[in-house]
Amino acid sequence: MIELIDTNSAEIAAELQRARVRAGSPAMGMVMTLVIVVEADDAEGAMRAARAASHEHPARVLGVILGDARGAAEIGAQVGTGSGWTGETALIRLKGEVVKHPESVVLPLLLPDSPVAVWWPNHPPADPANDPLGRLAQRRITDAAAAARGKTKAMQQQCRTYTVGNTDLAWTRITPWRALLAAALDQQPLRVTRASVTAERISPSADLLAAWLADRLKVDVERMSSSGPGITEVVLETREGPIRIARADGKLATFSSPGRPDRPVALKRRDLPELLAEELRRLDEDDVYAETTRRLLKMETAK
Amino acid sequence: MSAKEIGNPLRDPRDRRMPRIAGPCGMVLFGVTGDLSRKKIMPAIYDLANRGLLPPGFSLTGFARRDWADQDFAQIVHDSVKAHARTEFREEVWQQLAEGFRFVPGNFDDDLAFDRLRRTIEELDELRGTGGNHAFYLAIPPGFFGDVVGQLNEHGLARPRTESWRRVVIEKPFGHDLQSARELQDILGDVFPSDSIFRIDHYLGKETVQNILAMRFANEMFEPIWNSNYVDHVQITMAEDIGIGGRAGYYDGIGAARDVIQNHLLQLLSLVAMEEPTSFDARALRIEKQKVLSSVTLPRRLDLTTARGQYAAGWAGGVKVPGFLEEEGIKRTSTTETYAAVTLNVETRRWAGVPFYLRTGKRLGRRVTEVAIVFKRAPHLPFADASTEELGQNALVIRIQPDEGVTLRFGSKVPGTQMEIRDVNMDFVYGGAFTESSPEAYERLILDVLLGDPPLFPRHEEVELSWQILDPVLEFWARQDEKGKAKPEHYESGTWGPASADAMLARDGRVWRRP
Repeated sequence: MIELIDTNSAEIAAELQRARVRAGSPAMGMVMTLVIVVEADDAEGAMRAARAASHEHPARVLGVILGDARGAAEIGAQVGTGSGWTGETALIRLKGEVVKHPESVVLPLLLPDSPVAVWWPNHPPADPANDPLGRLAQRRITDAAAAARGKTKAMQQQCRTYTVGNTDLAWTRITPWRALLAAALDQQPLRVTRASVTAERISPSADLLAAWLADRLKVDVERMSSSGPGITEVVLETREGPIRIARADGKLATFSSPGRPDRPVALKRRDLPELLAEELRRLDEDDVYAETTRRLLKMETAK
Repeated sequence: MSAKEIGNPLRDPRDRRMPRIAGPCGMVLFGVTGDLSRKKIMPAIYDLANRGLLPPGFSLTGFARRDWADQDFAQIVHDSVKAHARTEFREEVWQQLAEGFRFVPGNFDDDLAFDRLRRTIEELDELRGTGGNHAFYLAIPPGFFGDVVGQLNEHGLARPRTESWRRVVIEKPFGHDLQSARELQDILGDVFPSDSIFRIDHYLGKETVQNILAMRFANEMFEPIWNSNYVDHVQITMAEDIGIGGRAGYYDGIGAARDVIQNHLLQLLSLVAMEEPTSFDARALRIEKQKVLSSVTLPRRLDLTTARGQYAAGWAGGVKVPGFLEEEGIKRTSTTETYAAVTLNVETRRWAGVPFYLRTGKRLGRRVTEVAIVFKRAPHLPFADASTEELGQNALVIRIQPDEGVTLRFGSKVPGTQMEIRDVNMDFVYGGAFTESSPEAYERLILDVLLGDPPLFPRHEEVELSWQILDPVLEFWARQDEKGKAKPEHYESGTWGPASADAMLARDGRVWRRP
């Protein structure tokens, strides 16, 4: 890693170029640029997750730390390749006036003619698509569950400002649940009459799962509280009896369905790199998420 | 109303995050103690479960001549998973699988044992909800296929009830010539319908092999030059640095051509040479593959256009190694080849006049599999002769393993004041994506078996066409042996094969790439 002090985009770009040549591999086959907007304290963890995800999606990863906006503009950067990264990375610290214009720093560093994803690990803007950095990206990844407080509000806010390209890791987290529920109805194509989702009292993922079920099944979905961790039970009522997936420990679930024996299913809560890797796999519009966000808002207003 | 009519409301073709999870089913594994089972199949099953792609209640039944209980079998699987699985070991995944292990002891000719197997499967349907869907994986020598398949038939294991399936999975070799391949097909085909027979060629499960189709048919820039106007010739290489190891019993009498060219290399050839399929479903792909395989011909003079060899003692990669004839279990007079090279023509408008050179061998320079499309020289070079002396032919190389990716070789000016042109390589490496996070070939293929998704499995028509191509070469070599006219030429271990292979290309004015 090379430390650059009092620098600018051109110098960072030049250093990335030099680092490539030093690594002896001028062609890297990178497929996208990932911009991570993060606070100083959380930068290390977020960059670690991005490094793991970069193994599946070789990318230029730009960490952007937005500091205090008062005072004279100051840019510092740590630039490098290798050491566990597939691709290249720069961690850029902004201070002073330039904090209000981070896109001016990031724009010259985007890889030519390839997709851009931006990820806010903890404090997402209220309207990601109209954020200066969000505007540069095809994919804008927020995480409502990472909000320090008001997670439920944060999720609703993201649903309200949803536009093509927005996504939230709360949605990514429930893919395994959704896959298992869909597989359950593949196995026994029963008509669902009612459903319920039980989870921690505050859980954006559970709210989304309930909204998705309501939207797809066109039935009432009850949202119930438990002490967690995460989502603990989903029940689909049918005339033949309930299809139930119960997971008490956040790892192993019990799958029960009418007239069939109970079976254990591994259903682990996934960690950040896995979520991020799934999110970067597809950069086109997620229609099902779009419909789910609309349903969630409708359900909130109906309350 | 049935399921198909109303559809599953939770499914949506636009919902592409959702992984494909196999429906309720189980697998019966014959030959549980073999390398294939322990190193590939069992770890792949665990990895699939870990990725959440196996259905709840999935059950694995082992069948072998061992005096084991269910938990002994579970222990074998446990050990193999710990040693060979690609994903991390997680207790909860193991718990999901563990309740579904069964073991049935017995011989392949033991009626009682197959009766027990049937009861075990019925019990699993009851207790684990496998729904009557079972795949029989024959990880055993092909000599036993007949016995096992016959027994499955006799004990009513091969016929599914309505709305369920029974499938059989086999591994190469699919016969040792056209005749035996047909006999094998007759044995299997009597009991299982064609679309229930899954032949595993693990090469076709590899990401890079599937990427050949993506590269050819998703791009505009390669297709226009993918023909005899621009391509000079094609080299398909699969080299191994190891010897036959402990596989003397299997390898002696089989040889490199049957072991590798008939299946892997001809499959690669068909993917590289085929026309664009009308869609990517199994039927459309099969039609194109069969078309191209049936247009493959051999040159008339097989003595000039094929080569074979045996590795001799030598130093390979800094290690002193014995020659093939000194390996344990190999007769000193064996004429089994450990290196084989053939020249093939593809008689289509696209490929007329473009030879395809296929080679494979053991104890070669390094372990590598690649397809090299070598282009013609530029028709006119507006440079002084001296400045293009170092310029070779352009080449596009699809690297299958290791180091999966694509290399483009072209001429570029040497920096300096003189006009001097030399070859440079541009490498594309798709990061770790092809190697680390993506599923191993066996995972992909086993999942496809359970889903009943056939595009990646060769059908018996393809197998028979491949033997039709190769049989004349094998017969020619056998005749030479009989007459004592020629024998496999020895080549030093750790080199790139016998001199006759180099001579074979030199006759056409070409050279092998050093891969």
